[in-house]
Amino acid sequence: MSIVAAKKVRPKFLSLPAILFQIRLPLPGWVSILHRVSGALLVFPFAAWLLYLLDASLASEQGFAHIKDYYLQLPLVKAAVLLFIWALCHHFCAGIRYLLLDIHIGVDLPAARYSSVAVIAAGLLLTAFFGARLW
Amino acid sequence: MKRLVVGARYGLRDWLAQRITAIVMAVYIGALLFVFLSTKPVTYGAWRDLFAQGWMRVATLLFAFSLAWHAWVGVRDILMDYIQATAVRLSLQVLTLVLLFLYVGWTVQILWR
Repeated sequence: MSIVAAKKVRPKFLSLPAILFQIRLPLPGWVSILHRVSGALLVFPFAAWLLYLLDASLASEQGFAHIKDYYLQLPLVKAAVLLFIWALCHHFCAGIRYLLLDIHIGVDLPAARYSSVAVIAAGLLLTAFFGARLW
Repeated sequence: MKRLVVGARYGLRDWLAQRITAIVMAVYIGALLFVFLSTKPVTYGAWRDLFAQGWMRVATLLFAFSLAWHAWVGVRDILMDYIQATAVRLSLQVLTLVLLFLYVGWTVQILWR
């Protein structure tokens, strides 16, 4: 750690409006913020929602039929499932990218930019794939 | 050395835990995807039998633990970055912990009913 770094004010807080409106984020930055957004969504509400679905579908045959044939067929629910699939796929792909960065794979700027595009695209393509299979 | 108390642990443990739990969850999701695509448990009987198996229950519980730990590190990082008022941040962190404990408890309840 250099002397300059040691003099920086800590803790440093990032502001959400700054990220959204003032800073022009480079692509790796977008992967990062979307990793956070998707992660937060997966914790709440999606984890609770999945537990509800698992609970209801395993409780009884009627519960299973209700979830499968009625609840999951509702348009709003289908839209929510699609958002869940995107959040999971993006978080998954971006997470693998971070694991690779941790072991120093793809750290150089061109590679990091390329993998950012790949992650965003993979998240969307996988969402399209699983979404298409679902309907 | 004078340190500001911001909730960070200044350590490797959580960082490493987040990565290990990520790998555990990735393996579980991969296995689940494989089971889904190969056996297609689309009837109630098949669905119930899948979660009646011992290894599936243990694996799912391990997934729930991993998710709780992973999410705790992640949500705490997010709260430390964006919520500057200490009281609000602390409240949200406690709320997150309670929520994650509820998730694990609910998982146990579903699996061993």
